[in-house]
Amino acid sequence: MADENKTPQTPKLQAPKPQTPAPEIEGVVLTEEQKRRRRARSVAIALTLAALCVLFYVVTIVKLGPAVLIRPL
Amino acid sequence: MSDVASREYDLSQTEPRPLDAPSYASVSDYIALLKPRVMSLVIFTALVGIVRAPGEVHPVIAFTALLCIAIGAGASGALNMWWDADIDAVMSRTKRRPIPAGHVTPGEALAFGLTLSVGSVLVLGLLVNELSAALLAFTIFFYAVVYTMWLKRSTPQNIVIGGAAGAFPPMVGWAAASGGIGLESILLFLIIFFWTPPHFWALALYKSGDYARAGVPMLPVVSGTAETRRQILLYTLILVPLAMSPFFLGMAGLAYGVVSGIAGGLMLLLAVQVYRRREGAPAEQAARRLFGFSILYLFLLFAVLLVEAVAPAGLGL
Repeated sequence: MADENKTPQTPKLQAPKPQTPAPEIEGVVLTEEQKRRRRARSVAIALTLAALCVLFYVVTIVKLGPAVLIRPL
Repeated sequence: MSDVASREYDLSQTEPRPLDAPSYASVSDYIALLKPRVMSLVIFTALVGIVRAPGEVHPVIAFTALLCIAIGAGASGALNMWWDADIDAVMSRTKRRPIPAGHVTPGEALAFGLTLSVGSVLVLGLLVNELSAALLAFTIFFYAVVYTMWLKRSTPQNIVIGGAAGAFPPMVGWAAASGGIGLESILLFLIIFFWTPPHFWALALYKSGDYARAGVPMLPVVSGTAETRRQILLYTLILVPLAMSPFFLGMAGLAYGVVSGIAGGLMLLLAVQVYRRREGAPAEQAARRLFGFSILYLFLLFAVLLVEAVAPAGLGL
């Protein structure tokens, strides 16, 4: 029988993938609470900066008055 | 001066954090650094200075001035908390402040205070006028350096001289609105200046243990409670007629004259009670009453000045 002449095929052994060590987390890792507080501080700074922009804009208009729109073309 | 009053930190709840450690501070911690209660009094008295000043000031400019004065006051509060973190940690009234509680590092508070100090003075100078900016800068310097760093730990007259810092805001407001310094703004300064000693010494009478533990040479700690009671009475005797002087000099109306007279009489009565009741619970109760009423007294004086300035002339105030 032809089938009997076949040599059993051994499964190809694949070379094991080199084990890469899990990347170590370097630096400071924030807790969830610290992340939440940092985000709140960032939002507060952003709002403060936005408010300052508005304040400077309004004061400029108040100080210059309608003259702010008069400029040479 | 006790060991605690040295610059060594001995905060049992906290370990000093390295500079690159993540911050635990929340927004409310930074707001607490601004001493919001003190800030509210500063805003109120500065507002009175603005509205009582002669001439017209645009509401936006007045708001800007008030904002800068408030931020400047808050900045000096943050600088005060940075310097005083060691004594705050041992006083029951202050041990929950952000630095002794470990929420904010001294370095963060210092950076916050310096940034706001420079920012508030610059913005006031650029958007309002230079005189008010110079006065605000001097006020911050006086509170943070003269009072906090120098006087507070070295003399029982700390709050007498340091009280000037709390008395400047109406003068800064006046300068912001008018560009000058008038006699009435000096009177407003003097009223707060002479109000401060009886107010703080009344508190110190029933918190003297706290101040002694912290090594702060408040008058009751250094000279005893009898001398403190005498000084409270003397300062109140100067304060009451001084507070009525805007009426007698024609700068304030009848409503101010009546309120300053009645409230001044009550203030004097409570100061006499503090002087006479020297032992036990009645003594502490008298001191607490004077402390509480002194806040109401100053509020009433400035509230009537404010109402008289903004009320329609037809009301006859």
